[in-house]
Amino acid sequence: MSAQAAPTPATDPTLKAPLVRIEDLVKYFPAGGGLFGRTVVHAVDGVSLAIEAGETLGLVGESGCGKSTLGRVIVRLLPATSGHVYFKDTDLTKVRGEKLRRTRQEIQMIFQDPYASLNPRMTVGDIVSEPLRNFGVARGRKAEQKVQEVMRVVGLNPNFVNRYPHEFSGGQRQRIGIARALVLEPTFIVADEPVSALDVSIQAQIVNLMEDLQAKYDLTFLFIAHDLSVVKHISDRIAVMYLGKIVEIGTSNAIRDRPLHPYTKVLESSVPVPDPDLESARKPILLKGEIPSPVNPPSACRFHTRCPIAQQICSEVEPPLEMKENGRFAACHFPGQL
Amino acid sequence: MQDLRVQFATSGGTVTAVDGIDFEIDRGEIVGIVGESGSGKTMTALSILRLIPEPGKITSGRILYGEKDVVEMTDEEIREFRGNEVAMIFQDPMTSLNPVLRVGFQVEEAMAAHARFTRDQAKQRVVPMLQRVRIPAAKDRVRDYPHQFSGGMRQRAMIAMGVSNEPSLLIADEPTTALDVTVQASIIELLRDLSRELRAAVILITHNMALVASLCNRVIVMYAGRVVEEGPTRAIFKNPQHPYTWSLLRSMPRIDETAKERLISIKGLPPDLGKMPPGCKFHPRCKFRIDRCFTEEPPLDEVDPMQRARCWVLMKNVPEPETKA
Repeated sequence: MSAQAAPTPATDPTLKAPLVRIEDLVKYFPAGGGLFGRTVVHAVDGVSLAIEAGETLGLVGESGCGKSTLGRVIVRLLPATSGHVYFKDTDLTKVRGEKLRRTRQEIQMIFQDPYASLNPRMTVGDIVSEPLRNFGVARGRKAEQKVQEVMRVVGLNPNFVNRYPHEFSGGQRQRIGIARALVLEPTFIVADEPVSALDVSIQAQIVNLMEDLQAKYDLTFLFIAHDLSVVKHISDRIAVMYLGKIVEIGTSNAIRDRPLHPYTKVLESSVPVPDPDLESARKPILLKGEIPSPVNPPSACRFHTRCPIAQQICSEVEPPLEMKENGRFAACHFPGQL
Repeated sequence: MQDLRVQFATSGGTVTAVDGIDFEIDRGEIVGIVGESGSGKTMTALSILRLIPEPGKITSGRILYGEKDVVEMTDEEIREFRGNEVAMIFQDPMTSLNPVLRVGFQVEEAMAAHARFTRDQAKQRVVPMLQRVRIPAAKDRVRDYPHQFSGGMRQRAMIAMGVSNEPSLLIADEPTTALDVTVQASIIELLRDLSRELRAAVILITHNMALVASLCNRVIVMYAGRVVEEGPTRAIFKNPQHPYTWSLLRSMPRIDETAKERLISIKGLPPDLGKMPPGCKFHPRCKFRIDRCFTEEPPLDEVDPMQRARCWVLMKNVPEPETKA
């Protein structure tokens, strides 16, 4: 990289020690045969990001924007089509064999549906200790002790090791999923909609638990969710995704207070707050039309078909995701104008 | 609705899903029923239509619609009532629409099935109804099948079916839970406009307190099959008296939070309806409980001329420092 190169989200100069750097990551899925050859779903289409050690980066967007796919490609549950994911100095898209195993130990994932992601035929003890066995970290008595320790840490009674997932409530199952993610003592955790399937009073328990664990173990989180209120609460910085692309990145207060991208502004204006006085004043900006198909995304700026302030240029020239202010990136020809 | 009780006979004994609910709703009013899963909010709404699933039964109480008691209606009367007076909108529009019939035809059927319109009138009204719920290019889209509609458009089609007979009561059960937030915003606007245009009473059933603040005039908070608090929206949000309402409001992250404050979490879980605790049903999770809460269930008492709460303590009697996390 030359000295004059403009900062990208992956080389954000405001970050001190990025743990994860994602460069131009692409994930296409085949979508069956079209008339003129194969068609593809452009699920993730050239994403660059950096995640600072010890921070929570929120990734927010609506269904079908590619946020879950991005999370899965980052932890290599799905292979990338092209691009790079650097964890420390290892390129996760290239690494193989023993090095891959060792790197993977440090990277874990928490899923949305804690029931679907837990094997119903395994006891909680087996579920939580499985990573220890798979990675040959601990066995027998030592593994048992480790399992009991993480169960206590996530607020589960260690005496329940012999119970099965169906004997637990949704919130407790999510704690089991978190215990499984913690048992290998990872540094980086991707959490994909970890609270959206839970009741309101249980959501707060899990959000608080994740905050406590981060402080205690110095964890780095990528927190993927559609709910901007939850993302705003838990994240230090937020990346906003629309149709396979990141449209804006900034600190969570900046994203809420001064959205630069019109899509961020629309999202922010759509979120209701539990206060009838504020609600009677809130005017959501309603979007025209529907989210276009990722099989055939719009040209240039992907948001131009629905953007309230789109001009001619927006359908002709794709705006790059560039730094507009210190640590603040947006991909828009008219930032901050909506 | 007076002293309504809904019970389910199960192998483990009788389970009471809704226990002694009283409330009223007027034309033009939007009432929110909030609660978590299992709180009885959906059962309460289904009982208005007498649609409680087997083996559930309304075991006591009356549901008065004008002068008529829904509980006492004959099958013929209840059919008329469901079709012409009440409409229900469900959470998942895909499972409520028939996938092999065109959307326009399904809206037409909803009208023709009941006596208000003839088949010809119903046919004529389909496109205007779809336009009324703001489906763009309604003329072209009447011939689409449900899978060709997005989630938001399907929900609009469901609402069109619901309001096509000009009901005086509209029950919306988590109408936006499956939808994206930008789509949710437009559906909420639509419900607000329709309640005004139709002068219908609207019951919004939801777990989302923020939606209630946005849409409703009055709120009913349910917990473990009981109403624990009710009152005008503003009073409930500014001055909640039941510890459950109070905690629920502080347990959700708010997009407008200024400093990062720890969320108030409610420990434990809602009770199993088959194994209800004695006394106040919320006492095992309540931070502010007193001895009496363990043994005696409090009545739903007036705390203000407009507001009622089911609590021995009431938040106004809790000293400020004790409310800090």
